Amino acid sequence: MAVEALGSTPRAKVAPWNDPVIRGWVFQIVVVGAVGFLAWYLVSNTIDNLQRQKIASGFHFLGREAGFEIGDTMIEYSPASTYARAIWVGILNTLRVAVLGILLSTLLGTLIGVGRLSPNWLLNRICGWYVEAFRNVPLLLWLFLFYKLISEAFPGPRQALSLWNSVFLSNRGVYFPVPLADPIHKWMGIAFLVGIAAAWFVNRWGRKRQEATGQPFPGISAGLAIIIGLPALVWLAGGAPHHMSWPELKGFNFTGGTVIQPEFTALLIGLVLYTSAFVAEIVRSGILALHKGQSEAAAALGLSRGQSMRLVLLPQALRVIVPPMTSQYLNITKNSSLAIAIGYPDLVASINVTINQTGQAIENILIIMAAYLSVSLSISAFMNWYNKSIALRER
Amino acid sequence: MTDTMPAGDRKPIAPPVDETGPLGWARKNLFSSWGNGITTVVLIAFVVWVLSWFLEWALFTANFTATTGAECRGGGACWALIREKFRYIFFGSFPYEQHWRPLFAIIAMLAMLVLSADRRMWNWRLLVIWGLGSFVTFLLMFGQLHIPLSLILVVALVAGGIGLALRSGLATSSERMAYYALVGIGAVGLVLRIAGVLPKWSIAIAPLSYVETSLWGGLPVTLILATYGLAFAFPYGILLALGRRSNLPLIKGLCVGFIELIRGVPLISLLIMASVMLPLFLPSGTTIDKFLRAQVAVILFAGAYIAEVIRGGLQSLPKGQFEAADAMGLNYPQKTLLIILPQALRVVIPPLINTFIGFFKDTSLVLIIGIFDFLNTANQALVDPNWAGFPGEVYLFAAFVYFIFCYSMSRYSKYLEFELNKGTRR
Repeated sequence: MAVEALGSTPRAKVAPWNDPVIRGWVFQIVVVGAVGFLAWYLVSNTIDNLQRQKIASGFHFLGREAGFEIGDTMIEYSPASTYARAIWVGILNTLRVAVLGILLSTLLGTLIGVGRLSPNWLLNRICGWYVEAFRNVPLLLWLFLFYKLISEAFPGPRQALSLWNSVFLSNRGVYFPVPLADPIHKWMGIAFLVGIAAAWFVNRWGRKRQEATGQPFPGISAGLAIIIGLPALVWLAGGAPHHMSWPELKGFNFTGGTVIQPEFTALLIGLVLYTSAFVAEIVRSGILALHKGQSEAAAALGLSRGQSMRLVLLPQALRVIVPPMTSQYLNITKNSSLAIAIGYPDLVASINVTINQTGQAIENILIIMAAYLSVSLSISAFMNWYNKSIALRER
Repeated sequence: MTDTMPAGDRKPIAPPVDETGPLGWARKNLFSSWGNGITTVVLIAFVVWVLSWFLEWALFTANFTATTGAECRGGGACWALIREKFRYIFFGSFPYEQHWRPLFAIIAMLAMLVLSADRRMWNWRLLVIWGLGSFVTFLLMFGQLHIPLSLILVVALVAGGIGLALRSGLATSSERMAYYALVGIGAVGLVLRIAGVLPKWSIAIAPLSYVETSLWGGLPVTLILATYGLAFAFPYGILLALGRRSNLPLIKGLCVGFIELIRGVPLISLLIMASVMLPLFLPSGTTIDKFLRAQVAVILFAGAYIAEVIRGGLQSLPKGQFEAADAMGLNYPQKTLLIILPQALRVVIPPLINTFIGFFKDTSLVLIIGIFDFLNTANQALVDPNWAGFPGEVYLFAAFVYFIFCYSMSRYSKYLEFELNKGTRR
């Protein structure tokens, strides 16, 4: 009754210029109008300028021949390929360094973050110095330093450092042998994916059984056995092809085997060392956010420090850790664009050459934005899903 | 209480030797268990190995006095290179005999930043400090300043508008008339200026020779990009954050769209955009300074990130603060500037400083569009064929300078967090 009475109170009569609703709309129309006018002004200038400079517009250039060389490609590419192909090579290179960077910096960052909480004073301090040194200096500086060190401090191919005469370290990169291409590799890849799915199901079964009977299940070792074992079985079934392609010094450089380029190595090392300093701080504050009773209770149950970290502390700390970690993952992806400074052919580098050759800045900038936005949005979507799956289930 | 022991025997018993002092400390912190002991021994070996190698290279076999790169070769670190090049690394291509100007500009900016760090200055004094500091900095860097009439008119318009909004219901009639006069002069003047009635007139202050931005380089460039990037991005970020929290749908949509777009793409793509697309955006014939383009890109980028930090502060305020301000009959500017922002900003100052550290480091990316910031001049110092082959020395030196700035800011942020939380901590 009272609520209804309140709801039906007639609005006080106010002058239209004092009515907040009308004011709100007027204000919004003015602001949107101003922004629209600015946009129209910029666009009309741009169209003018493009016509004057006789620059084509539209995405037709994507189908034309790119004509530039790319040093490090994951898929087939030659200067005769199209611009679209060149940009795709760049996207794949960005993704490769971003995915590896995310995995390695999570691993290293977690180790260092846990190390900062160690009761061992020396370990604690060393991890602290590491974090301060890496996060207080620009990433670009680290990239230059690592790149110059690799390209100037390592010997040339003729004096390459070799490990067992099969892995060669030189300023042209790291050369190492790979198995010769064989049809069985495709099936091993499929077996690997099947193994991951199987490991997930086995683990789920193991967890259910533990909840029902209390019997623990060695989830990690069983999972690893399945994931590694299945492809190995397929390899054996396919006649165990073991011919390798060995790197050999021919003339001034190596042929055969495969190579990790120095640009890629420097970029990956720089990204991982820099980001792991931030990850370490996130992990540390996540664990510190837990109540002290958690580690004491774990100790009282007789769990070792490693066990209590793995089974009690980290799973709970994850809830605090995941959101800031998501933004670090996005940062790695975006920071991988610094590749352009040391000559690793990532997306921005490909686009930059394309802009210089075609002059079509707007279309190319749109491609960059679309590519990064879709990568960022997929990472956020995945991390949000993961965050929900580990969130505290409250009744 | 009865004391049964004779007074002479009541000597306090010293704690066991292995529980106190350095020995006890080492036992507790370094050798508390077998695993810990082994870790300690391995780590000590590691530290000694690294330190002895580093000291050997950086100190004992280092060359501080060589005059050419060839003399340096073969030994340890070639610090003579830094000695030879440090003026270029710090000041870039600024005319050599005028190097005192960027030096004093650096000092002016540092003084401005250090003074702003003092909490007693967080009031109108901040405006004075930044006004004076900026004037001195840019006068030294440019050598000549031309303050255009339109800038003075804009300042009058904005100052009058803020006065009217903030003092609404408080100002006496004469004070209000002054604000109206400011707004009127500013608005009418601007309209006349745009219509071309008023001439393109400016106040010229020209005590020194003019040095254009393409000659600027080194540390002042890094400091200007970071400091003014933040100074402009800060009010802009506040507006974006308020817009994002607004209940007007169109405003909210614009702000959310802008923030998410900028945060989704790397700074490099914005810088490339600013360097190739800004010229296309403007009417043909207008050229826009390369340094200014980079500064605009940094401001747009920083604004989006600062907006998100400030939004955190706005969200942490209880709803009652907004309602109480409404109940007092305050208008929106009064509510925001007098009640909400002072409380919201207080919460986010430490994370804002961390954001600033991030921008300070990110300004190094401008070297990609060819601006000679501190990292770029360090890079250029390596190009000299006389001194080729010592990248480690130059980069370590540059890293050391960056480290001093970033580390002291992060310590300050820690200290502020401690100070500002005094009221709520038990």
